[in-house]
Amino acid sequence: MMLQTDIAVIGAGPAGANAALAAARQGFSVMLLDEQPLPGGQVWRAKSTAILDAPATPEGDAGDRLRQSVKRSSVTYAGDARVWQIEPVEGAWQLHMLKGGRTAPLRARALVIATGAREFVQPVPGWTTPGVLGLAGATALFKQELALPGKRIIVSGTGPLVFYVAAEIRRLGGEVAAVVTPNSQGDWLRVLPAMLPRPDLLMRGARWIADLMASGVPIHWRHAVTRVEGGSRVRGVGFRKLAPDWSPIGTSQGLEGDSLCLGNGLIPAVEAAQLAGVALAYHPELGGWVPRHDEDGATDVPGVFICGDSAGIRGAAAAEIHGRLAGLCAAQHLGADTRKERKQLRPIHARAARFGTTMTALSIPRAGLAQLTTEETVICRCESLTRSAIAAEIAGGARSSNAVKSGLRAGMGACGGKFCQTTVARMIAAADGRAEADVPPPTPRPPLRPVPVSVLAGDFEYSDLPIPKPAPL
Amino acid sequence: MTRIYDIAVIGGGIMGCACALRVAEGGMLPIVLDQGDLGQGASGVNAGTLSLQIKRVRLMPYALKGHHEWARMGNAVGFHKTGGYTLAFTEHEAELLYERQRLKAEAGAPISFVSAQTLRKAEPGLTQKVVAASYCPEDGYANSSLTGQYYRRRLQDQSISYHERCPVTAVDHDSNGFTLATPIGPVRARRLLLAAGAWLRPVAALLGVDLPVRARVNTVSVTGRMPPLVSTVIGHATGLLTMKQKANGTVLVGGGWQGRGTPQAGRGQVTAETVVPNLALAQYALPGLGNARVLRSWTGFEANVPDFYPLAGALPGVENAFVLGCVRGGYTIGPYIGRLMGDFILSREPELPLFDPARNFDEEAT
Ligand SMILES: Cc1cc2nc3c(=O)[nH]c(=O)nc-3n(C[C@H](O)[C@H](O)[C@H](O)COP(=O)(O)OP(=O)(O)OC[C@H]3O[C@@H](n4cnc5c(N)ncnc54)[C@H](O)[C@@H]3O)c2cc1C
Ligand SMILES: Cc1cc2nc3c(=O)[nH]c(=O)nc-3n(C[C@H](O)[C@H](O)[C@H](O)COP(=O)(O)OP(=O)(O)OC[C@H]3O[C@@H](n4cnc5c(N)ncnc54)[C@H](O)[C@@H]3O)c2cc1C
Repeated sequence: MMLQTDIAVIGAGPAGANAALAAARQGFSVMLLDEQPLPGGQVWRAKSTAILDAPATPEGDAGDRLRQSVKRSSVTYAGDARVWQIEPVEGAWQLHMLKGGRTAPLRARALVIATGAREFVQPVPGWTTPGVLGLAGATALFKQELALPGKRIIVSGTGPLVFYVAAEIRRLGGEVAAVVTPNSQGDWLRVLPAMLPRPDLLMRGARWIADLMASGVPIHWRHAVTRVEGGSRVRGVGFRKLAPDWSPIGTSQGLEGDSLCLGNGLIPAVEAAQLAGVALAYHPELGGWVPRHDEDGATDVPGVFICGDSAGIRGAAAAEIHGRLAGLCAAQHLGADTRKERKQLRPIHARAARFGTTMTALSIPRAGLAQLTTEETVICRCESLTRSAIAAEIAGGARSSNAVKSGLRAGMGACGGKFCQTTVARMIAAADGRAEADVPPPTPRPPLRPVPVSVLAGDFEYSDLPIPKPAPL
Repeated sequence: MTRIYDIAVIGGGIMGCACALRVAEGGMLPIVLDQGDLGQGASGVNAGTLSLQIKRVRLMPYALKGHHEWARMGNAVGFHKTGGYTLAFTEHEAELLYERQRLKAEAGAPISFVSAQTLRKAEPGLTQKVVAASYCPEDGYANSSLTGQYYRRRLQDQSISYHERCPVTAVDHDSNGFTLATPIGPVRARRLLLAAGAWLRPVAALLGVDLPVRARVNTVSVTGRMPPLVSTVIGHATGLLTMKQKANGTVLVGGGWQGRGTPQAGRGQVTAETVVPNLALAQYALPGLGNARVLRSWTGFEANVPDFYPLAGALPGVENAFVLGCVRGGYTIGPYIGRLMGDFILSREPELPLFDPARNFDEEAT
């Protein structure tokens, strides 16, 4: 028997969970799906059961409130549910999810996509050394496991996340060797006015930085880690001063540490939207390629709505309201009248989004940062392809993401291109003198997450297989 | 920039590229135009099976010649001659297998039937539930992902002009030849080859010709790397499974299960309804595949006409225009039939006969 619901929401972060709640309040049956065990998404990721008695944090509290709201609502939450396929069937949407070692279909009349973001890391020599992890990835480790990646940690990257990560490491008892950030103090001063509407977040950020300074942690403004030392394990890094366009200048200095958190902003996770047939548009200020959508999250595909970071990096606060808008929009699609409520929400969302996109602007790498990736740096981790190998393929005439992928397998590995695709597309654009907007990501294909063959096959008898009539002789 | 090419080729798949190379060898000046990238249509996404056991009887001589072409291209296209087994799991399939493979053997393919014992020895990873099996030592595979890279290099080496992301949107013709509307401006040529694969119908329509070309939406899947599971190309008596493990350990599963979509609307979509039984059949044949993770499934458009034989010859009603496509097993046969087509355009006698596009397309009984 197939599961049915009015509205299916993929992703239970601040965006998806609020979309589900808003739609459910309109009287629709809503199923909220996430591959994590509990709602919360990235920013409000739940603690693993082993550490439930750990001290409270603002993220944890907000997450707990959200989890309570979902629990008390009529929303049906399916955790540990990985959506691997999305297809239109008879005027509805059919999702296929992997749950409890089986795959099950779910049919929905409308679909809200809230799959969040992933991290961009500009590859530098040695970035694949064990002991290097993403800045955002590190926050997941802190929130879920209260674990640290090492004892003496170098924290490097763009935007506010670098300071949040450094502060969390200290709170959890680790040593921060140094903070290295391509942003200058001037960059931060310039965004202060835009932060004023959120004094709480402003204060929190200021406290992180003050605390780091007071405890003598060096902050290297307008610098970047340019190489990672150590073969089988991080021993330290080299870092250099950056020009205003973030190209490396000046001599290399060294830092010792046993691990490195490294990240350069977020990229919307658009694959689910692409599978549902939503076209992409290039918006560098929102993190790159984003599914085309209007301010309420309606896409060009009837019945498909998108919100939160997967619609463009606008941050957690905006994601909550964007989620409500998209949930109400989905309800409208199914016959409810939600125009008034959406009208009220729009200015609130716009304000939150202004704050969020200001932070995004600080996080987005400037053009010169690409120079950190030297000829011999591995770009595609799955296939161990260096920049020079990819450059040679492009010089040989491969002038699209699909062509580079075909010729070299860059992006054909288990990660599905999540790590290398942005870097490769930028290289093609640069080599060809084309705009990045002219080099779209490769064609989206299922499964959204790898699925074992045996799980897809399930239990079957040979005679169950609907083998069609053979081809002509 | 009023260069007049001897021939403009619409479509940079395996057919268009192979033919362009041949006419250039014969002294003509060709230009190849593709709306996307070279070799990103069917030629770049197919399962890459080079198997005589799944070829149509009448096309066997072409497939045999095609295999020699692939052996020559070798490493550059990821060619591997592994031999291949075709399996039957029921009495009914066994009958089908005997009947079909016998005819193919008569047509020149070195196909023999093998005992369960021989099969088990050669491929211990296969299921014990095989009722009958045939073997062909000529079978193997190539890596279709490399089609674009390979032909791009060959065209460059021969200084043949090609343009990617260059759809032909209109064609004018008069006594001097053809003028093609493209994003790089008008392209002029004395002759024209339509090699637009599953898009042949709309392209021929630009010349007012109706070709009864239809498209099938074939599905292929690839798994993550696995320890060695199987060393030959595996097929199913009905043709609904092809499977091979690549040198890097990944397993490619095809068999022509149908996805959704049309060539006019994007790249087509995989549907769970067909990809799931396709993979279940693969796991039935090779139980060890159950542990493999499917990384990606995709579709491609395979063109055909109602009798499922190629279009290869003069385009009916338009002088100096030609068409090449709709070849069943067209990846295997492409490099060879492209040469034949080139010879025909060069007014040479092709080594084997072509397939007149002006014929009557009565559906053939299967
Ligand atoms: C690793 C990481 C850590 C971050 N940490 C912080 C932080 O500490 N502070 C901060 O302000 N911002 C953080 N961010 C930014 C953060 O993404 C946003 O601020 C906010 O979480 C966006 O909310 P969202 O609901 O749009 O997406 P998310 O919170 O990312 O939620 C998306 C959800 O979708 C689920 N999902 C995605 N695809 C599927 C699928 N196929 N099947 C099932 N479920 C799926 C994911 O499991 C996830 O729970 C982080 C981002 C990342 C990538
Ligand atoms: C999924 C799948 C699996 C297959 N498996 C096998 C197999 O295992 N073994 C085998 O032998 N065969 C296989 N085949 C068949 C084989 O791939 C095809 O027969 C062969 O590749 C067709 O080549 P083509 O050049 O005619 O078409 P294509 O490769 O599709 O090339 C046509 C080209 O024309 C271009 N074009 C279209 N319209 C225009 C326009 N207006 N202007 C400019 N350019 C245009 C397209 O962009 C395209 O690149 C498979 C096919 C598919 C789809």
